[in-house]
Amino acid sequence: MLEHIVNGLVLGGTYALVAMGLTIQYGIARIMNLSFGDTIIAACFATYLLFTTLNVGPLLALLVIVPAGYFLSLGVYRVIMKPLVDRAPDAGALEVDSILVTFGLLFVIQGVLLTVFGGGYTSYSFLNQPLSVLGTAVAVNRLLALALSLGIGAILVVVLYRSHWGMILRAVAVAPQSAPLFGIDTDRAARTAFAVGGALAATGGVVLSMFQTFTATGGVVFTMKALIVVILGGKGSVPGAIIAGLLLGLVETFVAAYVDPGLTLAAVYTVFLALLLVRPNGLFGKA
Amino acid sequence: MKPIHAFPIAALVLSALAFAPLFLPDYWTGVLLGMTGYVTLATAWALFSGPTRYVSLATVAFFGVGAYTVAVLNETLPYPLVLLCAAGIGAVMALVVGLSTLRLAGVYFVIFTFGLAELVRQTVSWWEVNVTYTMGRYVFLPFEGRHIYWQLLALAAVTLLISWGIGRSRLGLALKAIGDDETVAAHAGIDVARVKLLLFVISATLITLVGAIQAPRWTYIEPSIVFNPTVSFMTLIMALLGGAMRLWGPLVGAIPLFLLFEWLSVSFPDHFSIILGLLFILIVFVMPQGVLAKVESLRKGGRT
Repeated sequence: MLEHIVNGLVLGGTYALVAMGLTIQYGIARIMNLSFGDTIIAACFATYLLFTTLNVGPLLALLVIVPAGYFLSLGVYRVIMKPLVDRAPDAGALEVDSILVTFGLLFVIQGVLLTVFGGGYTSYSFLNQPLSVLGTAVAVNRLLALALSLGIGAILVVVLYRSHWGMILRAVAVAPQSAPLFGIDTDRAARTAFAVGGALAATGGVVLSMFQTFTATGGVVFTMKALIVVILGGKGSVPGAIIAGLLLGLVETFVAAYVDPGLTLAAVYTVFLALLLVRPNGLFGKA
Repeated sequence: MKPIHAFPIAALVLSALAFAPLFLPDYWTGVLLGMTGYVTLATAWALFSGPTRYVSLATVAFFGVGAYTVAVLNETLPYPLVLLCAAGIGAVMALVVGLSTLRLAGVYFVIFTFGLAELVRQTVSWWEVNVTYTMGRYVFLPFEGRHIYWQLLALAAVTLLISWGIGRSRLGLALKAIGDDETVAAHAGIDVARVKLLLFVISATLITLVGAIQAPRWTYIEPSIVFNPTVSFMTLIMALLGGAMRLWGPLVGAIPLFLLFEWLSVSFPDHFSIILGLLFILIVFVMPQGVLAKVESLRKGGRT
């Protein structure tokens, strides 16, 4: 029982982390990014590559992969998203365009990963020794993953709610039309938000690869779960994403443990459906 | 073109296509078959997603359900009943998805359909492994390529006819109003949710039937074969290239792209999805309204 709670929190922590990235991209940059999960998987493979060829541990790899995620996302925004943002007559048109373009991007990233790494399940062993926590054995890598997720998540919340820079981002999220009246460069805010989202996806990928196996085609499921967490928590709400992420991780682990591991996605979907019926704006969303 | 001329021409083309397998070698019948399948898929997809701008990413979920229904039932029921069952299951599934998401903002629908294929694939796999203890099924139906092709051709004609009929009816008008502005449409007395739901069910049922009819082609069926996400992707890209808002748009997009994909998948099997993705991004950039609209605007531009 306790073991499942710990494992659920570990998984949920990672979900919360990547969902924060997605909620920032969608809430501030207004880009619905369907290739988000494939960014995560790309980071998983990058960590794997660094670990197996150069013997660089995941913690050190964070220092390389996270900035890489930031600047690659910045590049993607400038080259692909910016023209669409300029072209879109309204928010709805941008949403449709961004969905289509990132759907295409999903297949590009997936195709590259498949060509380079093949379609098999991949994993590596890092800090895989058990540690006794409250009487149950938990692998050290899982605990580290949980600590990293919560730590980075907490830093992000503090920055968003306590700094000037965070206030600018939140202002754009709340009122994109009025923000420029206060001298806020919304274009720059959107660009930064998209890049920060990409960096968070990369962080999530590194963390996730420490304790889970991954495949080149697994991105869709991660995008899906991140999207559900975002909606569950309320669009654009970072605290909501954290709580919803932990919740989803727990639900998934318990279903895998007590019902059947093959039904986790079905359970996730059931939660999503139930929520759509009861609270379409999410747990922390405003109407 | 006036309908008076259009119908005889369409009938002529249709009968020419129907006689084609009698003269063509088997390989080309196979190509025609695949092409007709995608023309139907793209037209059925555009039927709902074109005017409403609700991008459905779940084509293969319905397609796969159709194929799988045939695989499960082909030995117990006569073939026409199997098709009827497939259509019924597809319609019920669309109804459930539509009822839970179409009353909300479009993005919920997209998200839901995005994962639907994966959900159905995993659930079917789980069911087969744990309940029926079979992984993979055989379809033994006395059909050759041309028999399947004829069925698909008939379905394609029906789909185009439905699309044409809806375009001219009050339903089509309501749909266009919803696509332009949902709030205005609702104020004009249109039951927005019902119209969307109806269209989605029609479109999904047609897609399910395409999967069901094509099932005998594989002989051996398992979830990873029939729930291949590339099907959703190709349908989307074909409909967009031609123009999802027009009757002939998906057809115009599907024919050249199918031939291109056929060639690409033989020449570059390993890089297929990369090329597909890049091509798709290009289409969204250069021709967001589709080829037909592009041609029209170029012609208009030339005149003034």
